[in-house]
Amino acid sequence: MTTASAERFALRLHKVSKAFGGVQALNKVDFEVRAGEVHCLAGENGCGKSTLIKVVTGVHRPESADLIELFGQRIDRITPVQARELGVSVIWQDLALFPHMSVAENIAFDDLVGLRPKSVRYGEMTTRAGKVLERLGVRMELGAPLHSLPIAQRQVVAIARALMNDAKLIFMDEPTASLTQSETDRLLDIVRKLSAQGVAIVFVSHRLAEVLEIAERVTVVRDGNLVGVYPTEGMTQARLGELMTGHHIENDVSARDLPDAPVAFQARGLSRHGEFHDVDLTIKAGEVVGLTGLIGAGRTELAHVMMGMRRADSGDMQLNGAPYRPKSVRAAIEQGMAYVSEDRLSLGLLQKQSIADNTVISVLRKLTSVTGLISESRKADLVRHWIKELGVKIGAPEDPISTLSGGNQQKVVLAKWLATDPKLLILDSPTVGVDVGARAGIFRIVRQLADEGLAILLISDEVTEVMHNSDRILHMADGRIQQEYDPRTISVPQLEERIYA
Amino acid sequence: MTALTKRLSQLKSGAGGENAGLLVMLAVLVLVFSIASPRFLTGANLGSMGFQMPLLGLLTLAMLAPILSGGLNLAIVYTANICGLTLAWTIMQFGGAEAGIGAFILGGVLAMIVGAIAGAVMGAVVAYVGAHPILVSLAMMIFLRGLGEFLTRGGDISGFPDYMRVLGHGELAGIPVPLILFGLIAFGWHVLLRRTPHGFSVYMTGSNMKATEYAGLNAKRTLVLIYTLSGLLCAIAGILMAARFNSVRVGHGEAMLLITVLACFLGGIDPFGGHGRVAPVILALIILQVLSSGLNLIGANQHLATAVWGLFLIAVMVLRSDQIRQMVNFFSRKDI
Amino acid sequence: MRDLMKSYTIEVRLAVVLALICVGLSIAAPQFATLPNATSLLNNSAVNLIWAVGLLVVLIAGGIDISFAVASSVVQYVAAKMLMAVGGGNWVLGFLFCGSLGILLGLLNAWLIHGFRIISIVVTIATFNAFFGLLMFFSGGRNIYNLPDWWTARIFIFEHENAQGVWSELTLSVAVMIGCVVATWALIRRTNIGRQLYAFGDNPEGARRAGVNIAVMQGVAFGWMGLMAGIAGLCQVNIVKEVVPNALYGRELDVLAAVVLGGARLGGGKGTILGCVLGVMFVAITQNGLNLLGVSPFAFQMIIGAAILIAISTSNIDLSQVLRKKEVRS
Repeated sequence: MTTASAERFALRLHKVSKAFGGVQALNKVDFEVRAGEVHCLAGENGCGKSTLIKVVTGVHRPESADLIELFGQRIDRITPVQARELGVSVIWQDLALFPHMSVAENIAFDDLVGLRPKSVRYGEMTTRAGKVLERLGVRMELGAPLHSLPIAQRQVVAIARALMNDAKLIFMDEPTASLTQSETDRLLDIVRKLSAQGVAIVFVSHRLAEVLEIAERVTVVRDGNLVGVYPTEGMTQARLGELMTGHHIENDVSARDLPDAPVAFQARGLSRHGEFHDVDLTIKAGEVVGLTGLIGAGRTELAHVMMGMRRADSGDMQLNGAPYRPKSVRAAIEQGMAYVSEDRLSLGLLQKQSIADNTVISVLRKLTSVTGLISESRKADLVRHWIKELGVKIGAPEDPISTLSGGNQQKVVLAKWLATDPKLLILDSPTVGVDVGARAGIFRIVRQLADEGLAILLISDEVTEVMHNSDRILHMADGRIQQEYDPRTISVPQLEERIYA
Repeated sequence: MTALTKRLSQLKSGAGGENAGLLVMLAVLVLVFSIASPRFLTGANLGSMGFQMPLLGLLTLAMLAPILSGGLNLAIVYTANICGLTLAWTIMQFGGAEAGIGAFILGGVLAMIVGAIAGAVMGAVVAYVGAHPILVSLAMMIFLRGLGEFLTRGGDISGFPDYMRVLGHGELAGIPVPLILFGLIAFGWHVLLRRTPHGFSVYMTGSNMKATEYAGLNAKRTLVLIYTLSGLLCAIAGILMAARFNSVRVGHGEAMLLITVLACFLGGIDPFGGHGRVAPVILALIILQVLSSGLNLIGANQHLATAVWGLFLIAVMVLRSDQIRQMVNFFSRKDI
Repeated sequence: MRDLMKSYTIEVRLAVVLALICVGLSIAAPQFATLPNATSLLNNSAVNLIWAVGLLVVLIAGGIDISFAVASSVVQYVAAKMLMAVGGGNWVLGFLFCGSLGILLGLLNAWLIHGFRIISIVVTIATFNAFFGLLMFFSGGRNIYNLPDWWTARIFIFEHENAQGVWSELTLSVAVMIGCVVATWALIRRTNIGRQLYAFGDNPEGARRAGVNIAVMQGVAFGWMGLMAGIAGLCQVNIVKEVVPNALYGRELDVLAAVVLGGARLGGGKGTILGCVLGVMFVAITQNGLNLLGVSPFAFQMIIGAAILIAISTSNIDLSQVLRKKEVRS
């Protein structure tokens, strides 16, 4: 091995193995990242991605490794401090920032860490933070508290913080999970800029579209084993999904015509100031209507109005032919509405509570007997029914919901809403944080529900998802429904072009 | 491993494990004290324990529900005082010691209304303003304490009709009346929290208010209602206090405030809300009472009992954490 | 300026309200805006302020402390016994004894909280009962009058006699208080340790991952609170000239209310010295003003409680939100 060739790599790992208990989390995995490269690390939850990152950052010590090399320097054992000093930085999904501190202090925080007393120079801090942001081509109010910024900007702050530590290799764990498409695009621009400046970026993401867009190469890991390293050129989403899950995923357009189905929901001229305008929307029973567009287009806001969380300024809605004007979420549920929130972790489920309680929370009144008390047996029956119906994999119904995987959690969310016997189900970005494999399972359920006559509004900014699972697609932008498409007569690239144009 | 995880989650949710652990502690304490003092397991001592515990018990239940909802009610003692004042004032209007039973009933109802209002105000501020429950109830505590001192000028009101003694000191089939009252209310509280939709909503609101609202439950109304009920329970405690001491003074029972929180934590209530049951808290109360009576019998005073309560809570929390840690260590050791 | 308004909303609001109260009182009660009244206000608030800045540090680090007032009592009692045992001692020994005893009690809290991962409210309610119960048990509730002379001596750092022959004087406690306030300000605002405390309170997991030493942070926060409690105990004895075991019992919640009123966030990561001082002074000035206005002392607490209740009910209200109240949520 010559030094010249070694220098071109930010990171080289050869045959790294790591086991937890009896589980082989990594099995002789090779992983190489070139300097200045945007590399994607792909795989389902629990495939070993996080373990790999933790080995590189010195959090975990591998059982065996033929080679660990950072920036051409061979290292026998990495410690977290050493990793940071060498220029390795991880931006975790939760960002690990400090909401009540200023932007500048967040960016410069790592300088303050340590027990040797130092005095804090705010002026210098602000100047340095400003310089880093300049390098990213971003302008931000440095004195503003972090919590006043939207998540996309906090993401940028986290990147700036990594650069402040002279990071030359940055791992980004699901950086776009809670970003809108346009925000994602801006983030990807920054990533490209960094790459051009010689910073290597490892992107860990579920969103296959952006993986293919940003990365030069992709390393796929499955069940702790290296599947392979592939150039992204010529790679398709379907192929990548197959590599990650190990089996073929059906992703065909499944649109149908429903000429005779009755109208389940209708909105006419629905407007809410500053959010959406003059929205006409018709959903038939048994129909899956896809609603796509960039976030900020007013999609979630529309769903909130339909669900009674906010009220429209003008326009009217009808549910099953009757006028529909919900005063509260409760009223909306009573009339047959159900809403799977885009934020499963903090809004869709109560992470502290049991699977059973999360399943019955919206149908308490179905469980009460004449005494007004909740019947334990009825509750257990209902939970058992839905667990079986949706094939949720659980230990016991009393286990906390947080013990389940993302896909299974989302199935519980579905169970919760299906138990209310809805007429219209709104799915707002239902596959955020759900594995590729589990996604297919969720959409199988959605399809089956539609076949049983449930009207479904599928909100998503992942074009393929909408294409493959909707009967009709509505494109929303700037608070207005722009156009309707038939998935059978348009291709994914064509639709993407219209949306991102 | 899954069995362990299950056991762990059970322990954390504090269902079965909590009761068993506390029962063992109770048994040990009873054993120790009955050996240490021959008078411990006598009818007289048990009877006096039965008279002493209900007051702290009622206040603890009033504290328990707000904690489950993710808050705290630091105003319980002074709410009880103000309600006691309301009762006393009503009785004084009808002739003090000569007042009829009607006056007592009217006074009791008024007291409950006052308690409910105090609670409802706190609940409304917590729910609709979004202020921190500690601060809200603290302000309410300072206000009610001031109000009471203002109305009574720091003095006390005494001289109640004799029949009120029955409530405070009477026995029914050998069981102290306050204990019967407490038993009924505790059972009612258990049913309310564990079996009614409102109780369910309290637990849900306590673990995540926003998600609860997204699921269609009215979390804000739940909060107002639970603080109102907490205030109502304080009123009952205030009435009982008046009956037991035959007088009302603002500041009566002040020392019980933090003891109620201590009892809740001892009973395994999640300090952040969302988890906890009535039964282990009652066990915790019995343990505290046994400690206090037992120490009293072997010649220590209430102050030592207070100290022991504090040390006991520390010991229990340390034990619980160690249990959990050991179990976690057991299968994470190989992971490190 | 707009930045200032944004980052210090609560402090600015409180300052405005306090200024209005002061102006109103100066007009309504002629004695209010006089030097003697101002100095006595400061003298009376010294102990509360020392506690308050200590508690602020704990709140910033995401904790809460219920035990500090009884901790002061424990420190007073033990220090009195120890100092008499070593022949009386002097100010230096007094500060040393009280300070280190306070720190020890604070570190005990920190050890229980960090060592066993018990949340601070549980630990400090337990230690509150343990400290107080043990103190009352061992002291038998008896006061100590027999104290070293230096401890009970009145020392003035400022004296002034006006034309009417009324003395205005600031006691040593005020100097100590100012020292504590400045030191706490320097700690949380000017040192990296203080900033790590903020970070730890704001996002404990984030701080841990950034390499902040959590155990040390808990120790610093509760140790500082303990130090302040020890110093407050020392000063309080200097003011009242005796050690009364249950004199400070029950003061903790009022101090907590004042500090939180001053914008410290229950839950950590937020709070300033300015707000903390304003919060304590808001309560003190209101009480002082009511007194001067001839309101019955029995009504003080009621009015202060109502004022805090109103303050918190309005402080969280954002005007833009009120206008949006039409929205019905759930």
